[in-house]
Order: sequence, then C-alpha cells, then structure tokens
Amino acid sequence: MAAAEIDIKYVAHLARISLSPDEEKKLAAQLGHILDHIGKLNELDVTNVEPTAHAVPMVNVTRADEIRPSLPHDEAMHNAPKQANGLFIVPKIVE
Amino acid sequence: MLNQLTISGLAAKLSKREISAREAVQSCLDQIARVDGKIHAFISHDSADALAQAEIVDKEISSGATHAEKPLLGIPIAIKDVLAVKNQPLNCGSKILGKFISPYDATVIEKLRAAGAIIFGRLNMDEFAMGSSTENSAFGVTKNPWDISRIPGGSSGGSAAAVAADECIASLGTDTGGSIRQPAALCGCVGLKPTYGRVSRYGLVAFASSLDQIGPFTKDVRDSATLLGVLSGVDPRDSTSVPQPVPNYAAALGGKIKGLKLGLPKEYMIGGLDAEVKAAVDAAVEKFEELGAEVVEISLPHTEYAVATYYIIATAEASANLARFDGIRYGLRVDGKDTAELYSKTRGAGFGDEVKRRIILGTYVLSSGYYDAYYLRAQKVRTLIRNDFLKAFEKVDAIVTPTSPTAAFKIGEKSDDPLQMYLSDIFTISCNLAGICGISIPCGFTKSPKLPIGLQLLGRPFGEETILRIAHTYEQNMPWCKEKPPLAA
Repeated sequence: MAAAEIDIKYVAHLARISLSPDEEKKLAAQLGHILDHIGKLNELDVTNVEPTAHAVPMVNVTRADEIRPSLPHDEAMHNAPKQANGLFIVPKIVE
Repeated sequence: MLNQLTISGLAAKLSKREISAREAVQSCLDQIARVDGKIHAFISHDSADALAQAEIVDKEISSGATHAEKPLLGIPIAIKDVLAVKNQPLNCGSKILGKFISPYDATVIEKLRAAGAIIFGRLNMDEFAMGSSTENSAFGVTKNPWDISRIPGGSSGGSAAAVAADECIASLGTDTGGSIRQPAALCGCVGLKPTYGRVSRYGLVAFASSLDQIGPFTKDVRDSATLLGVLSGVDPRDSTSVPQPVPNYAAALGGKIKGLKLGLPKEYMIGGLDAEVKAAVDAAVEKFEELGAEVVEISLPHTEYAVATYYIIATAEASANLARFDGIRYGLRVDGKDTAELYSKTRGAGFGDEVKRRIILGTYVLSSGYYDAYYLRAQKVRTLIRNDFLKAFEKVDAIVTPTSPTAAFKIGEKSDDPLQMYLSDIFTISCNLAGICGISIPCGFTKSPKLPIGLQLLGRPFGEETILRIAHTYEQNMPWCKEKPPLAA
C-alpha cells in the first residue's frame, strides 16, 4: 500500500486525464499519503461481512417498456461542442 | 428589509398583501449588489428572469392563490450550481462544462416551481461538489460572511453564505459527505441532509450516486421543515427515490422532546476537537437535558474508519460518474488526433486539481488487482458503519454531535494538504455511508473572532420529523439563528 505502488501514468491513462510532469509528481505524493491512511481499513476483520452497495436496499425497480415523452433531438444537441446534420462530430475512428 | 426574512415571515407578509413578490425579489437582488462582491456566493444570477417570475406570482396572488396551496409562493430561493434549471447555466463550479445551458428542470426545481417559489442564481461550490471549503471552484473562492478571510465550508459554500448573508430567503445544496451540514455550521444557518432516497436526484449532476442527497439551507428550523416537505417524494425518473409517504414536517414541530433519548457517541470526543466547539456542544447537551430529554453515551465503534471508507467509495463512484465529461456531447472540447487524445486533453484541461485527484484515486481503487483490496473491503466496512448506527438507534431517538471539529478555518490553510481537509469531515461522513438523515443547527459562537458553531443531530432512516422536532425545540430556547453577520446587516 506504499506510495511507490501507484503507477500514476498508467492510472491517469485509464482515467483518460492528461497530466503535466509536475502534476504527476504532486499527485503521486498526495495519493501516497491518502492511500497510507486508507490502509487503516486492513486493521479490520471483514470475513463474512456483506458489502453495502446502497444504504436503502431496493431491488428490481422497473417500469413498463413503453415510449414516453423525452427531450427533442435539437434540444439534446444544443450543448454539443461540434455538430452537423444533427450528429456529434468526432475525430475519425475507422480508416 | 425583506431579504432578511424567513420563508414563514415572508409568506405571512405576502399573504396579507403587505408586500409584493417583486419587492421580495428586488430586496434580495439589492443585497447581492451590496455584499456579493465581498462574499462571492453567486457565480451568476439572472435578475430579469427572477423579476419576471415575481410578476407572474404577483398576478397569481392577486387572482387568489394562497400559501396554503402553494407554500413557497413568492419566496426567492437560490440554487447550487450542480442542479439543472431550465435555460440557465450549469457548470458544477468547473471549467469542463463550458457554456452549458440546462435543457430541463431537475425534479426538485419542478417541485419548487409548483410550490410557487422564485428560482434564481447559480451558487458557487467546490468543483463537482468535491471539497470542504469552496476553494476548489473554477469561478473563485466564496468567503465566509462572518469573516471574509475564512472559508464558508463546502462543498455547498455558496448556498450557505448566500443564506447567512441574506442574499436569498433559502437555498438548495447537496450533501455527499457533509456538503450541506458543514457549510451550514460554519456560516451559522440550518442545513438538512435528508435520508438517502427521500428526495429525487433527477437533474442533479452525480458525484457519488450511493451517497448524494439534495437538501435545504434555511434561516431557521421551521423553514427547513417546510422546504423538505416540498422537495420530498418518490420520482419515477430516479429509481433510488423511495416510495415512502411524505409526512407534514412542519406539523411535527412544536411537540415536546421530554422523554426522547439522545445518544452522545464517545468516539466523537476526539483530539482535534476545538475547545470552544466542544464547550458549545456540551452546553447544548445540557440544554436538551434541561428540556427533558435523556442523554446517554453510545458507541459507534467504526467511526475511525469512516473517512477512509468514504474516500474509496466516493472516489470510485466519481470516477465512473465523471467519465461522461469527455468533450463529445457537451461542454469544453480540446481537440486531439484521435478520440482517446481528445478525451485526455479535454479532461486534463477542464478538471481542476481536486477532481483529477479524486478521479485518479477512484480509478486506482477500482482497477484490476486492487478492487478487492480497496473497493470491496470499503463496501464491507460500510456495512459495519451502518450497523453501528442501526444498533445505536435501537437505544436512542437521535444522535448529537458537533457538525465540524472546528469553526471556519482560514482560506488557504488546508488547501495544500488534501488528507487534512478530508479528515475535517469526520463527523458528517458516516451519515452518508449509513444513508440516514442529519441536520446542522447553530449552537453558539467562538469568542474572537466571532464565528458560528454547528450542532449536528442524526436521525433514523426517514426519521426527519424527530430531528426537526428536537432542533426546533432547541432553537426556540436558544435562538442563535437570530444573530447575523455584521457584513450583511
């Protein structure tokens, strides 16, 4: 759990966040401290303890599969940084 | 001045037609013009839109609409910049949303409108609600109205400062680990975090979905009850909202607290708890006893693990929730040679330090090889923390604690040490992990400088009536809420 264990470049890549070398250095040190504190949880025996995903246990919240009113297409596109013909423009993915 | 009134005070004047809604709104706008340059509670506000809403309300009142049917008729309420208000900006205190304009109203906004409220302003906050000081906003720091060299708390710092400085009558905030209760305590107002599932989150930009709740900031406990009643209820658009009947919270006030049992967790009397805060909380406990409540010591043995548990679960959920800010569909875009580079550059440029730190921590604890050691273990410890509370509530009706270990600290004091900042949330975080409800009310002041101190009452799941009743009884006897920061007067 020591600070050295976090491969900041790799994790930043997984998170799709570009970092400057200075940011990498600073974050690695800060995350090291935080992970040291988090290591405290290893003091506890959690054998046979069920994990809690949500505080209010609710299961199978369903609704009828039917068409309901939704945001009109042009309003949904309104905040797009780049668009044309009602579509989002992105860099070329397939050659 | 009208802007200084409570919801109930202003509603009484509007009902009697002593004043108009337009005058009420104008009074808040005047106060913003007068003091917000010093406090910076608002990122922006749309005066013309607020006045236009007021005109409509004034017409409704003159054609017979009443506060019995619309409890918030003509009440100006300001909104944290994380909730969608149709045709208004939504930035979450971040650069990454660019010039985003909300295409729809959040459910809580629909409910406020249906109750007659006038919705105005975008209140400053820590970016994506990550922080305890409102220093992590791309739009500048909000200052504490009691001392502008100090932080207002966070993440809903703008919501607390605006209410404390009488720039609005009430406001909405959100609470993931204390982001309503802690700034309410530090600014001297009333802040309530409802039980998980009590209030719909449709239209709230998600931070940590198993912890987030929306709640009110008000000038007194009665207003908190009124606003909670409006906000609560199941919503088909939020599958985590719970189909639990909504009681008349205001009707629960005024009852006796004689015979109620209050628990004082021994684990909360930690080193690091400021002496003046401790003295104020001790005095409040004595007051409760004097009013007939029985106070007993209880134990919440897993308290010391709450901060670590929270910073695994909240960051893991945030890393997933904030994946949507990728520069494709809305907000900021920084171009790249392919989509992967576009995502990374956009997120590198758009997110601030604290958000990057938390997304990276959350990504790490969920990554292959670490999931069991961190995330799964944290979810199991969460069960232990929740069980501590459920066990305690078998013996007591509510739990009394300080809201924050200290009064407001200086701007910049903790901003370079994220772990110290996280540890200052020690008293508020467990409530979110356990999914219970909590309220912070003023319980005194430090001597020099004079800064508000907050008392926290924690209640059973869906036990808001009980904590509101206890808080109200205390407030009737100890009306700290009447004290205003000199800057606002």
